[in-house]
Amino acid sequence: MHKRGKKKMYKIEAIIRPEKLEEVKKALEERGFYGMTVTEVRGRGRQKGIKMQWRAGEYVVDFIEKTKIEIVVKEEDADALVELLCGKAATGKVGDGKIFILPVKDVVRIRTRERGGPAVGNGKEWRFG
Amino acid sequence: MSEIVAADTAWVMVCTAMVMLMTPGLALFYGGMVRKKNILSMLAACFAVIALVSIQWVLFGYSMSFGSDVSGVIGGLDYVLMQGVGQDAGSYAGNIPHMVFAIFQMMFAIITVAIIASAFAERAKFISFLAFSFLWATLVYSPIAHWVWGGGFLSGIGALDFAGGLVVHISSGISALAVALVIGKRKGYREYTFEPHNLPLTAIGVGLLWFGWFGFNAGSALAADGLAANAFLVTNTAAATAALTWLFTGWLMDGKPSVLGMLSGAVAGLVVITPAAGYVDVASAMIMGFMAGLLCYFAVLYRTRSQVDESLDAFAVHCVGGVLGAVLTGVFASSAVNPGIDGGLLSGNTVQFIAQIESVVIVLVYAFTVTLVIAKAVDLLFGLRANEQEEYLGMDIAEHKEKAYA
Repeated sequence: MHKRGKKKMYKIEAIIRPEKLEEVKKALEERGFYGMTVTEVRGRGRQKGIKMQWRAGEYVVDFIEKTKIEIVVKEEDADALVELLCGKAATGKVGDGKIFILPVKDVVRIRTRERGGPAVGNGKEWRFG
Repeated sequence: MSEIVAADTAWVMVCTAMVMLMTPGLALFYGGMVRKKNILSMLAACFAVIALVSIQWVLFGYSMSFGSDVSGVIGGLDYVLMQGVGQDAGSYAGNIPHMVFAIFQMMFAIITVAIIASAFAERAKFISFLAFSFLWATLVYSPIAHWVWGGGFLSGIGALDFAGGLVVHISSGISALAVALVIGKRKGYREYTFEPHNLPLTAIGVGLLWFGWFGFNAGSALAADGLAANAFLVTNTAAATAALTWLFTGWLMDGKPSVLGMLSGAVAGLVVITPAAGYVDVASAMIMGFMAGLLCYFAVLYRTRSQVDESLDAFAVHCVGGVLGAVLTGVFASSAVNPGIDGGLLSGNTVQFIAQIESVVIVLVYAFTVTLVIAKAVDLLFGLRANEQEEYLGMDIAEHKEKAYA
């Protein structure tokens, strides 16, 4: 069912320190954000590489392991989500990560074919099982 | 008329199995150090060598190594297809069945060839490695084994090699260098880092190697006796000393004690004691292990900074460690340990020391030269290297159409 002038949706892509995932996940749950996709990624920004050791001698690894969380939310929830992520994922040191906010054209729930808002959900309909 | 001794026979048979296990151990050791896309190719190389050399050995390899001497240079054809190699004792050991001696020696031939896979790592065509292995076992291993153990001219000049410093480590190590020079460096060598993809596998590999090496060294006494006991003890002592030495050297030089360093040290120690295990005592083993840990560390470091991509450091560990061991055998060999010998430099005997140096030089020159020729010939015949695309894809897919990890 398509509505004219339906609400905008955004994908929040947050690249965070892997050790912050649990904390972030718990905070999201408490706020009703259950749905997310988590990927292990490698990357770099300003955080320089780390020095590793081989049989003899050192070598530098340029890419640091991070965790990417992707959540799609309705426009009105986006700011709150970003605020939460920044609060929980930050340590104050270089390497805390970045958040990208992308517009999403549409969202479909595969099981029911619902589109748009109903497909995104906001945790209120959350059920186990 | 010699009599088979059951205890010795049982012991050497067990050692044969232990040494056999060292080649899968080597496969894991190497496999863990290469990138994920290439591990199967290292396993393939080692297991294929087990199969290939097992057959080559019973066909004619054993005969070339241990058949009746021809001009001090090679063994005759008496034992081709294992004729004359029966259940009774042979001429090399009166206390064990000839067959046991033959298969024990087979395991040494196998691992020697497998060590050279180091230089083929991550870029070689499988067919080329197979062809090379067959030719090398025949043209390099067997002659050298004959010279040192089969009654050839190196034993004639009195060179001592208890379990294979010359025959196994120096020959394979210098040959790996020769191959590396012909095959060229991996794409990206020294430009970006190749990280070992699975060090736990490498650790298991070293565990198997260290364990199996007791069979390698103590088994070379060809008897379950005091000399085997000496070999057993000094082998462990050298391994342990070298492991600690490399561990602490890496700690001082690079900042932290690395597991890979410690494992490599253990291997270096096992290599250095191999020619000496039946001739030196525990104190000498400690000194030798210490020197191997130190020397091989710097040899590897030097290689990583050089343009020669001898990828898994068979040269830096086996050749350098082997040369050190063979030479130090000429220093520390003692008739108190082994009444059958005259002793080395420390016993006041310079003749032994000189014989050691001579044998080292001869093996180095011969192995290096013939290997260069074999490598070049195989390169012309099949092409040693996979192409650049295949190298990026990884040898597992390119050469075996297999993935190690689904």
